[in-house]
Amino acid sequence: MATTGAAPADSEGIVLDIEGQQPHVLLRFGSAAGRFVQSSPIGAAAVGIWLIMFIMAVFAPLLSPYDPLEADYAAIRAAPTAEHILGTDQLGRDLLSRIIYGARITLIVSITAVFVGDLIGFVWGIASGYLGQRFDLISQRVVDVLMSFPGLILALLLLVVLGAGLVTVIVAISVTRIPSATRITRAVVLSIKETSYVEAAKMIGASNVRIMVRHVAPQAVAPILVVATLHLGGAIFAESALSFLGMGIPPPAPSWGNMLGGVLAAAFRPPWWLVIFPGVAITIAIMAANLFGDAFRDFLDPKLRRRID
Amino acid sequence: MSKYLLNRLLIAIPTIFGVTVLIFLAMRVIPGDPLQLIVSESDGIYVLSEEELQAVRASLGLDQPYYIQYYDWMRQVISGDMGSSFWNKEPISGMILRRGPISAQIAIMAVLLSWLIGVPIGMLSAMWRNSLMDHLSRVGITVFIAVPSYWLGLLIILFSVLVFTWRPPITIIQLWEDPLGNLSMTVLPAMALGLGLSAATARMARSAALEVLFEDYIRTARAKGLKETLVVWRHVFKNAMLPVVTTTGLALGGLLGGAVSVETAFAVPGLGKLLVQGMTERDWMMIQNLVLLYGLIYVIINLLVDLSYAFLDPRIRYE
Repeated sequence: MATTGAAPADSEGIVLDIEGQQPHVLLRFGSAAGRFVQSSPIGAAAVGIWLIMFIMAVFAPLLSPYDPLEADYAAIRAAPTAEHILGTDQLGRDLLSRIIYGARITLIVSITAVFVGDLIGFVWGIASGYLGQRFDLISQRVVDVLMSFPGLILALLLLVVLGAGLVTVIVAISVTRIPSATRITRAVVLSIKETSYVEAAKMIGASNVRIMVRHVAPQAVAPILVVATLHLGGAIFAESALSFLGMGIPPPAPSWGNMLGGVLAAAFRPPWWLVIFPGVAITIAIMAANLFGDAFRDFLDPKLRRRID
Repeated sequence: MSKYLLNRLLIAIPTIFGVTVLIFLAMRVIPGDPLQLIVSESDGIYVLSEEELQAVRASLGLDQPYYIQYYDWMRQVISGDMGSSFWNKEPISGMILRRGPISAQIAIMAVLLSWLIGVPIGMLSAMWRNSLMDHLSRVGITVFIAVPSYWLGLLIILFSVLVFTWRPPITIIQLWEDPLGNLSMTVLPAMALGLGLSAATARMARSAALEVLFEDYIRTARAKGLKETLVVWRHVFKNAMLPVVTTTGLALGGLLGGAVSVETAFAVPGLGKLLVQGMTERDWMMIQNLVLLYGLIYVIINLLVDLSYAFLDPRIRYE
């Protein structure tokens, strides 16, 4: 539509371009989104929750009643009231405002970490699977090593080395996403490699890089997108756990995880609102990510869905 | 079988070597000098003077070339000497021996709990598909998979504080020394860890049982007049358990990581808490050796999972 300016709309409301062959990419996305909502209402609801989180993150200054960093020593650990709907924390900061601002960190960290980690895994997996031979052998041993650590322990080790902070948390979490992304992409590429069109491309003398970029990569995109959405929940958990342990996002920045970590300092008599609300936020975010991941997987590849479920 | 076993063991050797190299390099190469971290983080802990720094570096062998440092580290680890804590000079191997059993006990109890809760729920849910119970359990599974285990721990603490007087454990009590005292320290963390794992187990048990229920041999068993209870026990249950066992094995990695945050939440004196403490205090030797220990445990668990899978399913070992 944007390319042609005046595009004729057909009776079903699908706008075609001048050649009348391919609907504009936005419309194709729109109709795919429509089919997704139809195929999985729960998945759509999960997307809705994420949209709310996006709105919270983007409009945090408008939505939050107080400054999330401003301490109010007159109201330390105040229980929820009309003034502070979710109560205040150990420094008298408004909990609701901190949770709204916390959505920013959750979204930035989880999305960036999954994007970076899975992109690296994707490229690596394609190269490893397609090139094979010695490169593949060495790559897979390296992946073995990365897989030999429980994810959280590897992230902790990296954070000790890199120091706590927003960027380092993203780096640490994305490293823990690389091995599985590489493995899955490689497995897909191994079967793509045997197809006749790859064979044909080799015959006409296409270079390895060209075959990988033009023929192999597009076929391997769908599986990695599924992996990425399924990784989101794990990334949110990892960020919250690392921050909870005091190795992730350092205070006073409001991250849902470090808000729970601060509770521990309250000598084992934690006020209930400080424990419950940030945890509910984390759980809802992870649940929405998981539900979206499951629905998205079924949507992209119904064959993957269990036959009877 | 023996060929498969040998192959699998041979792959584990370069992996373990890689693990040691990764830790070694991470601790040395990336930010320059690991001790710089202790020095630069002067907020109240400790600041070393230049001479002290040199002395510490020499005592840790950090003034040696890398290959000698690596060789020394490996020689130490193999001989069972893990050095000692930088701050209180306690030998690390002793700490591991005292705290390891607590962590292992919590992990084992969590796995047992996940089977006790997850397997029956998953099986019943599959057998009464689309019943109210099935719907409820699926909602429960979705929620509990998403709940972070350490937060569940905090909720349990919150609740216990209200109901009975709960206090963080002060000393390490082994099961064989004082069973009751030990359990009062480990049961709640095991619950926090085990409930999330139960949800994963239940989900796996449900889908495995569903798959088996539609197999031809189940129809045959029913057609020949076998009682339903026998069909379930002899055919469905047995065949559905294989994926459950494997899932548990694979989940143990997450469990090891999750245990670190759960132990911290409950202040249980286990390995996880030791690791976090070492990391906050930048206790260099401790971090290096504990991360190695976690890596080794995980490699061994993965090895055992692979082997048990091959043992249970003949198709794999004759590949």
